[in-house]
Amino acid sequence: MAGDLLGKPIPRIEDRPLLTGRGRFVDDIHLPGMVHAAIVRSPLAHARLRGLHRGRAAAVEGVVAILAAADLEPHLATTTLSVGLPSKAYRLVVDRPVLATDEVRYVGEPVAIIIARSRYIAEDAAALVDLDLEPLPAVSDARLALRPEAPRAHSGAATNVVAEFTMAYGDLDGAFASAAHIVRTSLLQHRGVSHPIECRGAVGHYDAVQDCLVLWSSTQAPHSHARMLVKLLGCDENRVRVVSPDVGGGFGPKLVFYQEDILVALAARIVGAPVKWIEDRREHFMATTQERDQHWDMEIAADATGRILGVRGHMIHDHGAYTARGINLAQNSAQIVPGVYRVPAYELRVTLALTNRVPVSPVRGAGHPQGAFAMERLLDRVAQELGLDRAEVRRRNLIPPEALPYRLPIKTRGGTEMIYDSGDYPACQAAALAAIDYDGFRARQATARAEGRYLGVGIANYMKGTGRGPFESVTIRVGPSGRVSIYSGATAIGQGTKTMLAQICADAIGVDVARITVVTGDTGTIALGHGAASSRQAVNAGTSVHLAALAVRHKLLQAAAIHLEADATDLEIIGGTIRVKGVPAMAVGIGELADALAGLPGYGIPGGLEPGVEASRHALFEALTFAYGTTAAEVEVDIETGAVAIRRYVVAHDSGMMINPMMVDGQILGGAAHGIGNALYEWMGYDAAAQPVTTTSAEYLVPGAPEIPRIEMVHIEIPTPHNPLGVKGVGESGTIPAAAAVVSAVEDALAPFCVRIGETPIRPTRILELIAASRR
Amino acid sequence: MARAHVTTTINGDVVDFLCEADQTLLSALRDELRMTGTKEGCGTGDCGACSVTIDGRLVCSCLVLAVEVEGKAIDTIEGMADGENLHPLQKKFLEHAALQCGICTPGILIAARSLLERNPDPSETEIRYWLAGNLCRCTGYHKIVEAVLDAAREMRS
Ligand code: FES
Ligand code: FES
Repeated sequence: MAGDLLGKPIPRIEDRPLLTGRGRFVDDIHLPGMVHAAIVRSPLAHARLRGLHRGRAAAVEGVVAILAAADLEPHLATTTLSVGLPSKAYRLVVDRPVLATDEVRYVGEPVAIIIARSRYIAEDAAALVDLDLEPLPAVSDARLALRPEAPRAHSGAATNVVAEFTMAYGDLDGAFASAAHIVRTSLLQHRGVSHPIECRGAVGHYDAVQDCLVLWSSTQAPHSHARMLVKLLGCDENRVRVVSPDVGGGFGPKLVFYQEDILVALAARIVGAPVKWIEDRREHFMATTQERDQHWDMEIAADATGRILGVRGHMIHDHGAYTARGINLAQNSAQIVPGVYRVPAYELRVTLALTNRVPVSPVRGAGHPQGAFAMERLLDRVAQELGLDRAEVRRRNLIPPEALPYRLPIKTRGGTEMIYDSGDYPACQAAALAAIDYDGFRARQATARAEGRYLGVGIANYMKGTGRGPFESVTIRVGPSGRVSIYSGATAIGQGTKTMLAQICADAIGVDVARITVVTGDTGTIALGHGAASSRQAVNAGTSVHLAALAVRHKLLQAAAIHLEADATDLEIIGGTIRVKGVPAMAVGIGELADALAGLPGYGIPGGLEPGVEASRHALFEALTFAYGTTAAEVEVDIETGAVAIRRYVVAHDSGMMINPMMVDGQILGGAAHGIGNALYEWMGYDAAAQPVTTTSAEYLVPGAPEIPRIEMVHIEIPTPHNPLGVKGVGESGTIPAAAAVVSAVEDALAPFCVRIGETPIRPTRILELIAASRR
Repeated sequence: MARAHVTTTINGDVVDFLCEADQTLLSALRDELRMTGTKEGCGTGDCGACSVTIDGRLVCSCLVLAVEVEGKAIDTIEGMADGENLHPLQKKFLEHAALQCGICTPGILIAARSLLERNPDPSETEIRYWLAGNLCRCTGYHKIVEAVLDAAREMRS
């Protein structure tokens, strides 16, 4: 029955094959005659590339080809990957070359591709390519990069400032001049790699029969990949097809078009055989984009009651060696600082520094965790300065529900207004506090202290603009088989996207979920798409599916009315059948209708209807819809070892109406675990020569099951007016407030030592250092 | 170099295959036998995605050479369900949505089954520590733990 499926925790349609070892990830693709690629990468962060000697590698038995920049050039319409999102803030255009030509600028930068009979042989041969490199001074730390005397990340460049901008509104000078309290803080915010358990990978196959280059890539955005391939190869759109098979997690960096994507595609055409390349974990740390360091110097002005008057500061952002996505990460951080609070005046100057490290691009949360961390640390400082409870300071500054819709005088990167559309921020904070028994905490803390144990509680609010447009394409088609197919530019990377789309479709048409097949992430099946990013697919693709499904339902009822000689309003759709209400015998299958509407040569279409049972929609979204929430964490810090144990962890959030609560839970839980990793464990290290020093999962520290606590959730469902389903995005909600809440809790636990923490991650050794320093 | 000939039992069936002397068991399963259910997440023993059992012992197949399994019995994800009948762990993973992208799932199921064979009534902490070698980036582990607890309960009754 139509209208009875939304909000139900139905099982995921993706799961059965995944549970039985029948998933189809890119590394599971095997094509006859397939050969394997390995990439020769720069071992130095910055060097002149004087030459490349293939002799020893070429002699290895089983090597098919060794391709360097000059070998590829004749096949390419352009040799750089210009992918940066547009902005006026750029000072330098630093696009990645497909392969390095005369200079290498980060460890891991591709210099050549080896094709061989097996991956083993390819990797062995890659190690035998002799690179003639002349080391150049490397710039590793973003702050040092901005010094006038700093070496340039790109030789000959006038500066290392790749972009700069200021976000500002309000009377800042007035705010600071009239403030009863001004508090300053400096923050070093580190975030690391995405670390999906499946690394990147691609299979390229030139299909000579169809004259079409097919690329299966573990990507979040096959349509933009296809656009890039067309641009690079200078070919027709119909000569390229990109498919995302099952993707083993993305978390941001798989959105980026990489050198390897074109290398694998082109190599397949050059060697005339399918080529597979699978990134190994070490390469993932070196060569997949990541987030990294932001250095914030902030001050906040508050009145005598703790109300915010203004916030200002400067942020330096490590951009890496090239522009692999844009400046959106720093923009996100800057524009979300005010968040759920009333901030009458605000200014953040942002400088993006080039360094000789792998390029930076968004990882789950995409700059929002840092913006939230900055604001939340400032509010903790205000509370400390005024002797107020930290939750109370926040409560006094939250935007009240009656002020919504609330316009923040800042524009999004596309130039549209930031308007907080719906919600109740104070109620959300109150719900989180109640769930963690905030009021009872001081008693728990006192009892524990009496036993020599150090407990702390921390809270953090967040805001996230979700559902970034412009649109996601959807076509729904009913075939003579009676099956319903959904084609979408949305991309499934583990979130349950196919289930989400099928559930909305089934709800709108009134058919069973089991009757629906969902095809996502294949440019051969739908022309346009944007893919998985920015917590956007439930809003964009979900709305398009909803609207297309309603159109399909209408068409089915029209056709059935003609077929059954009944009035459409007397009909109902049950399972795959349309029948006259109360007269089960008067029924027709949807397949039968689709068959009739497919027509026969020489015969008319019944009722003169438009042929076929299908509808396409691209619901357009200019405005973001704002999801928000509160995280509260209770921790225990072992002051002997510096270890932090999370005792309780609560996420209260509003992502609008939930399509499938079980999958929303999954997004919150996984997102929170990622944020807890950022808070306490994960660190992507580089030395002063910009050599990465954490290139295994064990060195980097991805949290495992023992480190992640049980997470309690409070779902608040306030529908957004921006789409007919009332949904907001949720993919990043768990991650954004995590570090702010956990660090606040650790600081609270260490209050007897007057420790102040302004950095992530906060690891045991650092905690011990801070305690020791406070004792001196 | 001559390829090595290995005879082994996989999921109860006697299997012969040829492999290189330096080839991992993971690679032999995936690339020689086309049993791609066992996954690679790191190749260095850090993630557990490649978990299989050899003579009942839980191992990372990326750290075992294929030639070492001569005469041994391997169990992989492909042998976990009985035809269309899912193993209780698989059923509970489905019910609890204890997977998202599913790349870690085969390894986690194999590891969890190995735990329940040794300890039919594990505590939550025991489950978390047993699975410490199986990384999952999607789920935050919560539902995995729930599903294992629930499967253990069902298998005991
Ligand atoms: S692939 Fe074997 S442990 Fe990660
Ligand atoms: S479900 Fe994606 S890594 Fe575990």
